[in-house]
Amino acid sequence: MRDMSVPSRLPLAVGIGYKSRHYADLLADPGPVGWLEIHAENYMGDGGRPIAQLRALAERFPISVHGVGLSIGGERPLDRDHLNRLRHLCDWLDPASFSEHLAWSTHDTGYLNDLLPLPYTDATLARVGAHIGQVQDVLGRRMLLENPSTYLAFDETTMEEVDFLSELARRTGCGLLLDINNVFVSATNQGTDARAYIDAFPLSHVGEVHLGGHDADVDDTGRPLLIDSHGCAVVDPVWALYRYTIAQSGPRPTLIEWDTDVPAFATLRAEAARADAILSPVTA
Amino acid sequence: MHRQSSFTDAVLDPDRAAPGGVNDGFGGPAGKRFDVYRNNVVVSLTEALETGFPVLRKLVGDAFFKAMAGVFVRAHPPASPRLQLYGQRLPGFLASFPPVAHLPYLPDIARLELGLRQSYHAADAAPLDVGGLDPDAMLALKPLVAPATLVVQSRYPIFAIWRANTDSTAPGPAAGAQDILITRPGFDPAPHLLPRGGVALARLLKGRISLAEAMAATLAAEPEADISALLSLFIASGALTLERKDP
Repeated sequence: MRDMSVPSRLPLAVGIGYKSRHYADLLADPGPVGWLEIHAENYMGDGGRPIAQLRALAERFPISVHGVGLSIGGERPLDRDHLNRLRHLCDWLDPASFSEHLAWSTHDTGYLNDLLPLPYTDATLARVGAHIGQVQDVLGRRMLLENPSTYLAFDETTMEEVDFLSELARRTGCGLLLDINNVFVSATNQGTDARAYIDAFPLSHVGEVHLGGHDADVDDTGRPLLIDSHGCAVVDPVWALYRYTIAQSGPRPTLIEWDTDVPAFATLRAEAARADAILSPVTA
Repeated sequence: MHRQSSFTDAVLDPDRAAPGGVNDGFGGPAGKRFDVYRNNVVVSLTEALETGFPVLRKLVGDAFFKAMAGVFVRAHPPASPRLQLYGQRLPGFLASFPPVAHLPYLPDIARLELGLRQSYHAADAAPLDVGGLDPDAMLALKPLVAPATLVVQSRYPIFAIWRANTDSTAPGPAAGAQDILITRPGFDPAPHLLPRGGVALARLLKGRISLAEAMAATLAAEPEADISALLSLFIASGALTLERKDP
């Protein structure tokens, strides 16, 4: 019997963000990789290689469906067509988890393909909460909501991000996806303490943890400006923050994300092994 | 309330100031921190076009393609998060983009690359197999055009242009109109030069008529067509199927 306090059917193991170029290597020798995460929008076609590969992978690995385009934080109503495509995917695949972002990406002009930021106010809370409820109703499953990387702040914000996420989880019953790299990026960009964020985070709601790489820059005043790029290895301070988090939360399904400048599978497998070395002793 | 309108406008217009109501987290202007979003949007959508239109990119060069994509993505962001469909409006954009007015075949190359991607993601269907059938039985079949089969028509030699830019040993294009049949017998779409009468045959076969009827009607419309060569192409390339499309 698994630990019922973890709000996810994913195994308490390390997964990777799946890239089609790794298909053969992954099946030949997955190493410590125990599950896979896919981006929902890449598997909304009618057939062909993407769907065939996903069907084959789902026979070998638990799958997490991670949406990047639902625009849950959008001021507009959710796109019903897109929500129905998500339902179709989740219906035939029956993934171990579905997750999306605390962000918006679509407005009247179109889909902007980035995770855009939200002010943390009562109005935003009401809107996002209603959208999460709608998603969970349509999909017929509990979802996980991911904390964002933030680069700027809104004048009208009245709540801390942690409190905002806690309240969403309380209102909607959704679980949370804790992206450790996003915590580090946001804390660095805002001059706050990443460990204090973890201390305040409702860890019992966390169904999955993300680890990824970021780029480093500086803003107009010379302050550090980290950018969530998923284009390089996880840095040491993020590994330390992961270790710190897991020591408090207990084991959580943990994902290595690497979406741009995608390396050879062996590099990804080595990152997975590094996470596994932290996760396994806690799981045992 | 409509904060996301001004945010969107500023993300898509590099000449605008950052939207009101945002700051750098320390009480100062957002400045470069807002530019992170501007950059993410334009760079990621440009990369989606680079992935989707490799031959177009080769024809105009990397630097020009990037600059052109920057103009296009700001004017026509995707209508949906399914980026594999992004660029439906690129042929029309290219047809009225003055810097490429001297390359009038570019819109058709863009249509061809859109067609290849559409085919890649289309529903699966087993290709029509006529092995073991006698000619009369074969001609009585009423096949379907496979979901991954598409026709692209052009006044320009787009098949030769496409081949010359994907296969370095292919001969260079000569002047003339070329139509293309895209088929996907397995997982990889392939374009085929579609001889005279092929467009008519493909259209007729969508009416779910027998191969014999389709051949006769094609010849009536295009008396010069080499109908047996056309039929061989449609069958050998996997353009046809007996399966019903998935609902």
